[in-house]
Amino acid sequence: MRATEGPLRSKVLWSVVGWLVVLVFFFPVLWMWLESLKTEPQAASSPPTIFFVPTLSTFQEVLSGDFPPFFINSAIASIISTFLVLVLGLPAAYALAIRPVKRTQDFLFFFISTRFLPFAASLVPLYLLARDLQLLDNILALILIYTTINLPLGVWLLRSFLLEIPNDLFEAARVDGASFRHEILNIVVPLIAPGLAATSLICLIFSWNEFFYAVNFTSSVAATTPIFLVGFISGRGLFYAKLAAAATVSSLPVLLAGWIAQKQLIRGLTMGAVK
Amino acid sequence: MSILRSVVGIGGARDSAASVSRRDAWARRLPLLPAFIYVFLVTQIPFVLTIYYSFFSWNLLKPGSFRFSGLDNYLLLVTDESVRIAIWNTVLLTVSVIAISVILGMAVAMLLNSEIFGKGILRTLMIAPFLIMPTAGALIWKHTLLNPLYGLLPYVLGPLGLGRVDWVGQFPMVTVVIVEVWRWTPFMMLIILAGLQSQNPEVLEAARVDGANAFQSFRRITLPLARPFIELGALLGSLFVVQTYDSIYMLTYGGPGEDTTNIPFLLYKVAFQGYSIGQASAIGVVAVIFTIIIATFALRTLFTIFQVEARR
Repeated sequence: MRATEGPLRSKVLWSVVGWLVVLVFFFPVLWMWLESLKTEPQAASSPPTIFFVPTLSTFQEVLSGDFPPFFINSAIASIISTFLVLVLGLPAAYALAIRPVKRTQDFLFFFISTRFLPFAASLVPLYLLARDLQLLDNILALILIYTTINLPLGVWLLRSFLLEIPNDLFEAARVDGASFRHEILNIVVPLIAPGLAATSLICLIFSWNEFFYAVNFTSSVAATTPIFLVGFISGRGLFYAKLAAAATVSSLPVLLAGWIAQKQLIRGLTMGAVK
Repeated sequence: MSILRSVVGIGGARDSAASVSRRDAWARRLPLLPAFIYVFLVTQIPFVLTIYYSFFSWNLLKPGSFRFSGLDNYLLLVTDESVRIAIWNTVLLTVSVIAISVILGMAVAMLLNSEIFGKGILRTLMIAPFLIMPTAGALIWKHTLLNPLYGLLPYVLGPLGLGRVDWVGQFPMVTVVIVEVWRWTPFMMLIILAGLQSQNPEVLEAARVDGANAFQSFRRITLPLARPFIELGALLGSLFVVQTYDSIYMLTYGGPGEDTTNIPFLLYKVAFQGYSIGQASAIGVVAVIFTIIIATFALRTLFTIFQVEARR
């Protein structure tokens, strides 16, 4: 009797502790959602409003205002740069995994070291170059930069997925005289579809949330979602509900992508080292 | 059972690369070249230019001010107090954020690795702070949680005598650390949890049967096993936290004064408010040296993990 009661009681106890701790961390997100469903006076009341009738009017206001162009810019920059990462990264990963080139380790090391090069290293020349090429406040500049940021990660991740494909499949194809293009499109892509999806999601997360280049390289035309939020820095007027709604919509794509790709998230964040 | 894979080295090379002919070698290299050239052009050439500019005095707003100035920019770095403050702030921010989030991440990972109800849901909720757009997260903290008048936290902490604390104004660095710890704890948790899950539960059970108490099995079994994962998380985390910019921009804008100005923020101020290209480049070079030091340790750890795994 006791033997079954003991573990159950400790399980309940630790469950309570676990839920409390996790809810502390999750609370700011929950609070953001709650604030976004309030009216402005409710959102900025003292003491804070806990019970209220939720309303979507703030979301309506945000989505019908000047927010959508920022969101669209973010989508364009993230999606196109992610596509470029896959197009450039998959052949490179192939060359480092399936039919390895000489000095594979050096190439891998080179790629990963550029991922950790601080933006301080190349900021000034890139800014001057963008200025001279009329690429400031142009979404193309962000696309190219985000491709650079994510490409090393993409190569490492895709390679880690390619290494899982049995070698026999490629040998069989080569015996049949398959071309490189055929090999990539008809064998590699279908087999590592989950890997491509995971890599895309990780790239989307990093480029969607990117702020440094966005705020310094764009101003109005090409400004992305985080830049819209800059308008909320100073704290004048009733704007908490609007801020919370904008923050919720801005965070939604990455939150959903991250939640869907939970299993792959850790792999992506550690360059494929931890599965 | 093994959750680490040998990405580098053993297991990587499938053919003997030495035996291939020259033509074949180029055929193999070809798919690699576009990505390599692209990354090389966009990262290495600008870096060389950064080093080059760091030896010049150049104010963007003053046409014709471009002139060679030798080591002046570097001498200014040594004598300028704001550089020293920024380096100190960077170290303080990085070390405290990483230390706290590793400890909290370890604790949460152990909770989520134990027998509790709703593990999957908890894990899902727990990673949310890491996924929320950093600029959005920082503003939510600043305005709706920490605001001394309308924020929730001063209201909740009121009975403790912390009701009218202006967190951002009075404790700017603490505020930045809190927000960054909130963001990075889930990251540490994910990596450490993966480590804990690779552990064989029977070992812990055997230790319990042998009479080891909870603390002993934590110190002798759990911790050594989780160690490489903790190191990996801490080092990868530092490489990101050293570059903290979003939350400082949103929470304190480097202030008050220079209290929360770290190296990236100083670089931003020098380059985009002072337009001192040479000075900003010198800061960039110093930042790279700092990063290389951390990254060397990070990569060594990464490779050690792979090698330990390859030996199994």
